[in-house]
Amino acid sequence: MNKRSKETLFFQILRLGTYVTVSTVVALLAYLVYMGSDMLSFSFVTSFPREGMTAGGIYPTVVGTLYLMALVLLLSLPLGVAAAVYLSEYAGERESSLVRIIRIATANLAGVPSIVYGLLGLGLFVLFLGFGFSLLSASLTLSLLTLPVIITASVEALKTVPHSYREAALALGATKWQTTKRVVFPHALPGILTASIIGLSRAAGETAPIMMTGVAYFLSGLPQSVIDQFMALPFHIFALSTQSPNPDLTRPIQFGAVLVLLLLVLSMNLVAILLRTYYRRRLS
Amino acid sequence: MRSPKRLGEKIIERLLLLSALVSILLVALIFLFLFREGLPAFAEIPLLSFLTGETWQPVAEEPKYGILPLLSGTMLVTIGAVGVAVPLGISTALYLSEVAGSREKEILKPFIELLAGVPSVVYGFVALTVLATAVQTLFGNTFRLNALNGSLVLAVMILPTIVSIAEDALSAVPMEYKEAAWALGASRWETLRRVVLPAASSGVFIGVILGIGRAVGETMAVLMATGNSPVVTADFFRSIETMTAAIAIEMGEVVYGSVHYSALFAIGLVLFAITFVINLAADAFVERSVRRFKR
Amino acid sequence: MIESFKKVKIDVRALNVWFYKKHVLKDLSMRFRTNAVTSIMGPSGCGKTTLIRSLNRMNEVLKGSRTEGEVLVDGENVYDSDIDVFELRRRVGMVFQKPNPFPKSIFENVAFGLRIQGMNKRDQLEERIMVSLRRAGLWDEVKDRMEESALTLSGGQQQRLCIARALAVEPEVILMDEPTSALDPAATARIETLIRELAKDYTVVIVTHNMQQAARVSDLTAFLYIGELIEYSPTPDIFENPQNVLTEKYITGEFG
Ligand SMILES: Nc1ncnc2c1ncn2[C@@H]1O[C@H](COP(=O)(O)OP(=O)(O)O)[C@@H](O)[C@H]1O
Ligand SMILES: [Mg+2]
Repeated sequence: MNKRSKETLFFQILRLGTYVTVSTVVALLAYLVYMGSDMLSFSFVTSFPREGMTAGGIYPTVVGTLYLMALVLLLSLPLGVAAAVYLSEYAGERESSLVRIIRIATANLAGVPSIVYGLLGLGLFVLFLGFGFSLLSASLTLSLLTLPVIITASVEALKTVPHSYREAALALGATKWQTTKRVVFPHALPGILTASIIGLSRAAGETAPIMMTGVAYFLSGLPQSVIDQFMALPFHIFALSTQSPNPDLTRPIQFGAVLVLLLLVLSMNLVAILLRTYYRRRLS
Repeated sequence: MRSPKRLGEKIIERLLLLSALVSILLVALIFLFLFREGLPAFAEIPLLSFLTGETWQPVAEEPKYGILPLLSGTMLVTIGAVGVAVPLGISTALYLSEVAGSREKEILKPFIELLAGVPSVVYGFVALTVLATAVQTLFGNTFRLNALNGSLVLAVMILPTIVSIAEDALSAVPMEYKEAAWALGASRWETLRRVVLPAASSGVFIGVILGIGRAVGETMAVLMATGNSPVVTADFFRSIETMTAAIAIEMGEVVYGSVHYSALFAIGLVLFAITFVINLAADAFVERSVRRFKR
Repeated sequence: MIESFKKVKIDVRALNVWFYKKHVLKDLSMRFRTNAVTSIMGPSGCGKTTLIRSLNRMNEVLKGSRTEGEVLVDGENVYDSDIDVFELRRRVGMVFQKPNPFPKSIFENVAFGLRIQGMNKRDQLEERIMVSLRRAGLWDEVKDRMEESALTLSGGQQQRLCIARALAVEPEVILMDEPTSALDPAATARIETLIRELAKDYTVVIVTHNMQQAARVSDLTAFLYIGELIEYSPTPDIFENPQNVLTEKYITGEFG
């Protein structure tokens, strides 16, 4: 084989690998959409399960997941962004060993398995602090899990702000906080939002940590306060497909729930990806 | 010009610092609680028999707490996943960064990123309902849920990590390197293999390491895919159980404070230690490659 | 000779600046005078930027910098620990080498310095912004497009906008770091005219690479070489009769 055709062959192999990967995704998603679409309807999402969860909808699981997301957003976004602002804007000039440790800790937290967060949540929130098996314990746990994602990505977003903007503001007599708030932050906001959406969508799909901190197999009503247990969409999928008496019987409901979860999570990811692409293009 | 003290500025800085300290606090809390809840197990179970015992039977008449089957289960699915995902991931990264046109790349990349957004329970569900049947039809294996099933689904899950980090590393190779190679008459493929890949190797390697970290820590997908039978085996067609799966399944049934409960935390400790080392290794490589590119 | 000029505005005394281990400014002393344009020239890397950034303490936002010595503005050492650095920077304004307007509207760019001082009334802002833009010679070009993004302006317009932005907070000193190096000759000429205008009311310090520019716009010229002040005289003297052989070499283009 000559050099030329060998090169072509290798490139074709690479192309094949890539398209196999991408078509797997497409096929997988298409299959799930196809299987779930039979069930998908307004009443499926808005009605309670009936007859021992073998019929009816998934309303309480959707509500539970939305509650979780709202609480996680509330708890982890302000904290995560504040931490990122410190790391990127304040810790800059003199990199102390404290700051280095914070950076290493943050980077490593992002790689800690979610089940370990579950253990922490169980030990700390459920038992030690006595929040019990509850929406509160679960949201706190998921917030901790989301925090490093938000910090890391927000630091990245803040780093993309050109240094010359900061200098311009400082040279006009702006304080560090004024510079951050009025110049740096607005510019980094799309990036921070992207990060938060991705972090939040990850939290929405988490199952193991909430299994250990507050999710319930079945509840006849919605949670009334943060110390109540709750149902959640991802756990519902797991429970129906593996824990229920007759998983085959509820298969359609499972596919329906999978589709709803996918729509929720992937639409968030899609928004995030589009937002990022849009702003990247606008910046360049 | 003598100053007002700008107290507000100082307070804000302190508050921001405090927020940043949460990362350290969180790591400390994880350590603290894993130890606090996990250590009591070793009052009952000798450390050595915990780590090397070949039987995990926590609810038997005479409970046995050997985590070797769980360790080997985790290793088996991880090796399988890496074996599939690394070649596929690197070739995808190479294709995206070196071969694909920019339009093509812009269309393909979001699909791979989308993979990372799919919740692990969905992967688990697919493995359980679709993949397992497909594998069985293909290989005629006795155990419907098995390590291969887990490896395959894990491979898909860690693919985006490998692709995106490797692709970043490949794209970061300075154009001058490639131009220098082309000027010497090297073909695109030769340039890729002899110049681009070596220059990006540590970045690509970081992607692989982080992919491994993700595979080791994954819970729901392997839990639903592998059949959860704690045996020491290297047979991909056997049902196995991973450390993560053991914690997730059994934590729902333990008595809080019991030996079994502590033993599950101790597994968490082992898991945490493994992933922590993996992450530190990745960090070390990041430092190294950063220093290299700064020149 | 220099003494014949007006009042001293900034008095630099035995200034030393380091970046990490590197000694960038070495025991430098010089005085800047009101209502005069002082230009600082010297080969690239000799410390010109560092010198003017030490006047409004902008070096300290850069990693690895360390400063010793005194910079007196109206007799007050700006490096004293109880100096309000933000007020200092308001009084000693700065224009950068590359135009760096904020990615905001033209209006908001000039309003920025005023807003951070708490001025938020629209009519007050409008008044001050108009005055500043007029002074910077930009008003006629932008008065009908105040809400457009500043990034839609040409490079020369952006630099004048940056000057207007600096003027809006009513500084006493204006530092310019090679303000025309990124601009074409026509835009450069406009800014040079503007610099002469500004000298009537402000203390102006301009870093320049370009000897013709120094000769055209400045009253006094300093020549810096590897962190040391080699020569400092009224501009005509330094060009016609340089005292130091290094200055002479630089002016005749033998290095630089
Ligand atoms: N932020 C910085 N970090 C490290 N070194 C710097 C920095 N800024 C300037 N220097 C060093 O200080 C010297 C003088 O720089 P500068 O004042 O920018 O020179 P000029 O403006 O005359 O070209 C240079 O040799 C440069 O290496
Ligand atoms: Mg300079």
